[in-house]
Amino acid sequence: MPKVTVDGQEIEVPQGATVLQACEQAGKEIPRFCYHERLSIAGNCRMCLVEVKPGPPKPQASCALPASEGQEIRTDTPMVKKAREGVMEFLLVNHPLDCPICDQGGECDLQDQAVAYGRGSSRTKENRRAVTEKYMGPLIKTVMTRCIHCTRCVRFSEEIAGVDEIGALYRGEDMQITTYLEKAAAHELSANVIDLCPVGALTSRPYAFEARPWELKRTLSIDVSDAVGANISLHSKGREVMRALPRINDDVNEEWLSDKARYQVDGLTKRRLDKVFVRKDGKLAASDWSEAFGAIAGALEGDKSSVAAVAGDMVDCETMFAAKALLKACGSTLLEGRQTGMTYDVSNLAAVNFNSGLAGIETADCILIVGSHIRWEAALVNARIRKAVKAGAKVFVVGPEWETTYPAEFLGQDLKVLNRVPKALGDAMKAATRPAVILGGAALAAGALGAALKLVDKFGLVKDDWNGFNVLHMSAARMGGLMLGYAQEGGMADIAAAKPKVLFSLGADEMDFAPFADSLKVYIGHHGDKGAHNADIILPGASYAEKDGTYVNTEGRVQFAEKAVFAPGDAREDWTILRALADAIGVSVGFDSFEQLQGAMIAEVPALGEEALADYGSLPKADSKAKAEGVISAYPVKDFYLTNPIARASAVMQQCSAELLHGEEMKEAAE
Amino acid sequence: MLADKDRIFTNVYGFQDWGLKAAQKRGDWDGTKALIERGQDAIIEEIKASGLRGRGGAGFPTGLKWSFMPKTSADGRPSFLVINADESEPGSCKDREIIRHDPHKLVEGALIAGFAMRARAAYIYIRGEYIREAETLQAAIDEAYDAGLIGKNASGSGYDFDVFMHRGAGAYICGEETAMIESLEGKKGQPRLKPPFPAGAGLYGCPTTVNNVESIAVVPTILRRSGAWFAGFGREGNAGTKLFQISGHVEKPCVVEEEMSIPFEELIEKHCGGITGGWDNLLAVIPGGSSVPLVPAEQIRSAPMDFDGLKELGSGLGTAAVIVMDKSTDIVRAISRLSYFYKHESCGQCTPCREGTGWMWRMMERLRTGDAEIEEIDMLHEVTKQVEGHTICALGDAAAWPIQGLIRHFRPELERRIEEHNAQFREAAE
Repeated sequence: MPKVTVDGQEIEVPQGATVLQACEQAGKEIPRFCYHERLSIAGNCRMCLVEVKPGPPKPQASCALPASEGQEIRTDTPMVKKAREGVMEFLLVNHPLDCPICDQGGECDLQDQAVAYGRGSSRTKENRRAVTEKYMGPLIKTVMTRCIHCTRCVRFSEEIAGVDEIGALYRGEDMQITTYLEKAAAHELSANVIDLCPVGALTSRPYAFEARPWELKRTLSIDVSDAVGANISLHSKGREVMRALPRINDDVNEEWLSDKARYQVDGLTKRRLDKVFVRKDGKLAASDWSEAFGAIAGALEGDKSSVAAVAGDMVDCETMFAAKALLKACGSTLLEGRQTGMTYDVSNLAAVNFNSGLAGIETADCILIVGSHIRWEAALVNARIRKAVKAGAKVFVVGPEWETTYPAEFLGQDLKVLNRVPKALGDAMKAATRPAVILGGAALAAGALGAALKLVDKFGLVKDDWNGFNVLHMSAARMGGLMLGYAQEGGMADIAAAKPKVLFSLGADEMDFAPFADSLKVYIGHHGDKGAHNADIILPGASYAEKDGTYVNTEGRVQFAEKAVFAPGDAREDWTILRALADAIGVSVGFDSFEQLQGAMIAEVPALGEEALADYGSLPKADSKAKAEGVISAYPVKDFYLTNPIARASAVMQQCSAELLHGEEMKEAAE
Repeated sequence: MLADKDRIFTNVYGFQDWGLKAAQKRGDWDGTKALIERGQDAIIEEIKASGLRGRGGAGFPTGLKWSFMPKTSADGRPSFLVINADESEPGSCKDREIIRHDPHKLVEGALIAGFAMRARAAYIYIRGEYIREAETLQAAIDEAYDAGLIGKNASGSGYDFDVFMHRGAGAYICGEETAMIESLEGKKGQPRLKPPFPAGAGLYGCPTTVNNVESIAVVPTILRRSGAWFAGFGREGNAGTKLFQISGHVEKPCVVEEEMSIPFEELIEKHCGGITGGWDNLLAVIPGGSSVPLVPAEQIRSAPMDFDGLKELGSGLGTAAVIVMDKSTDIVRAISRLSYFYKHESCGQCTPCREGTGWMWRMMERLRTGDAEIEEIDMLHEVTKQVEGHTICALGDAAAWPIQGLIRHFRPELERRIEEHNAQFREAAE
């Protein structure tokens, strides 16, 4: 631990720290543009210059200089001040004076640092450089004249995303940042470069000219577009969510966010269910709450227990608990959340949890992925795996080939490889100290869970401080639903076999409604998607942005999201609908307020009361007779941008899907 | 004047054949095995004793540089020697003469220097525009391979050593050692941050030393004739002989090997037939290639041409590319052209150089016509100071120094132009 002095203050810094980190530790602010904690060091903006003794008699770039014993660092000398003023002046020499029409205004590093460290006036008379626009796709708006060439975006694409898409052309003052052949940046994390860009060169295209940062209300929320549970901040203006930005949480999403999570929010205002609908003469007609409630109560007359509930992919635990309480009061336990009919064993939730943790998978040194297109099912986990690979991990995949962002060996589509492990995989697992298996949705659907559990002993996945058995879900509601008992032994088939008179679909849009032709189908949800089309009664609910709620991500992390805006029209928070319905049916659910509901839920499942990793205990013993059979011929996610009703309603996501995934087909069709 | 017997580059004018046979007649590849058998440490000691300083411009002691290389490889990484033949500095043309007329001196030097620093191979990075030179060098390398002088068991010494030639694509910045390494690795030629220094992690992350062509080519002769012989030339700390490249307003521009520390006047009179129009017609001299500040006529005439002597004059020896300018020169335009060169060749990686070189050139262009204010001279000087020492590599310094030299010595000329230019408009306004 080297000791250094920063402006006369002696501090001890960790081994391997840079001078910049030492200064931060001493509480000194060091201006910077190119330096970013999660990217490699470029040292090219020269804004972080400080004076260091011993060393040459010129200022040093603190971001790139290792702190070493006995260094005397000064951040407050005239030399440093002059150096910062000089660099700032150079950055501004060719930067356009278009702050009033720049979307970065108010959250611009260049603006802020120019005020804090700049000279205060301009000395240049020369014309400013103009750079031609570059196309980077439907999400990233470019004004490259504003670029200060910090190369953060280049480094992000190369290092974190693992796609060589963005780079620099030409040299000197003609240097330009662009995508390869000016094609759209088409990976799942592309929009993170917008956050990284310290100036207004890369801004958000859908959000262009929508709002200024000081007009926005920020609400802490949790993303529901996949099962990662990325921490987000919803920025709203009035009744509308303007944008979603990632919050920093090193355990979950670091500071990245998938494009879907970021840009599906415009879907929150489109195709919304804002009225009660009741099907009359085969057609859905606008109605009111009392008629709808009366119809439901009428259907349940005689046998109240003939009722079932299916939870969708994006519902919060409170909604699920409220529905569970309602069914319980009616005398039914027909709950299911695995809409697509999966039937894996949930008697021990540790067996269906991401046990190594999202952050932990980075430390794995051999990873077997079974039936998961991780890039699409959990883009942020894919970035973690890439980190592991960069640290030396080997990756094997069972399932159809997809474009990995790291070297990976595909072992074919046949699940039999789990029974008879190929030599390359066996050797790599044997050599690994932290081996891991990731089981995706396609593997669960193919019934590979039992056979995969046998790998725990075979590969030694569980050690003192390591549990490498992981199941990667795709639905934000899945782990919470399983904790609340939303699972039948036979899955959806059991629900259908029970022939319930009333079926509640809690935002369940991916399920098959055909077996429920004779049931009264009540859709409680927020978007006019498949579920609403099939429903007999629609009760408009609230989306994740419009209600408080608890979510559990795929690693069993319980997280709480807050309400950002009000639901539109007649739509109500889901739990209030279910509470009112209880009165209409004439049963008591035992809560009258959200607090009481939460209290009852936590009393039943204590883990949901604490924002932490739920403890599911240890893995079950594997069934020695379990055999993996069949092939994984396809992955459940067909279109990354359109996996849920909000995204399907989003114009931005539709455009991404059309342009980034189907652009080639459309071009061909046009010819 | 250097005696013929003391010349290292005996075919620098190309009067004889460059091929292996002719080179051997001139003494190259003579007892190379015996030189290698002296051992690594002895070779480095001999080079240290010779006082040889790097010929690429910075003048770092060559022997010392080699001694930074690891003696053993702890983790199995090989070491590499990279030879910088990306001679792109305006005014410099010595490496070209060595490569096209005496390439075997370089190839033999590569083997010996590579052996001394325990390198596995040498990469010669040659300037892209040197097309014929690259052909000659490759032919010389092939000859040496065929004769068993390099390759497996090089020259019968039992040491395996490969020499590769790599052609650049025409970027001045690739002459910077870490940018050269990046370029060799197939990346965009942009200097790396130091530390780590190449001797720790250079080409492909392996220990690497980058040396100039001339520094390497003189090594075999120094070993044959002893370091003491080499140290016998020049003033203390500026030992040896040197290829001077005199261009510009002299009667006979030439590349000539001379003793270090030779007075400027003697160099010009002996080899170049004097200044055009006589010594009274001399305006200024850029003594070390475009990146060193100019020296006005009255200071340069008796100055010793070596590292320390020119440093005292606020300039430097650089590559000893002497650019002579007589009074017919538009000195502001000349320096402005150099500014354009640096603006054109800046890699664009770091801010002060990327933005500063363009700004300085534009100001220089205005100063050339006088379309400026007197205060802008001071501002320009300040801008050069804001670039100098704030960049990743030395290109920023190189862009700043010529302008600083101009302002230091020719400020009255700059002011005269501004006044004359602005006077026209004052009259018109009245």
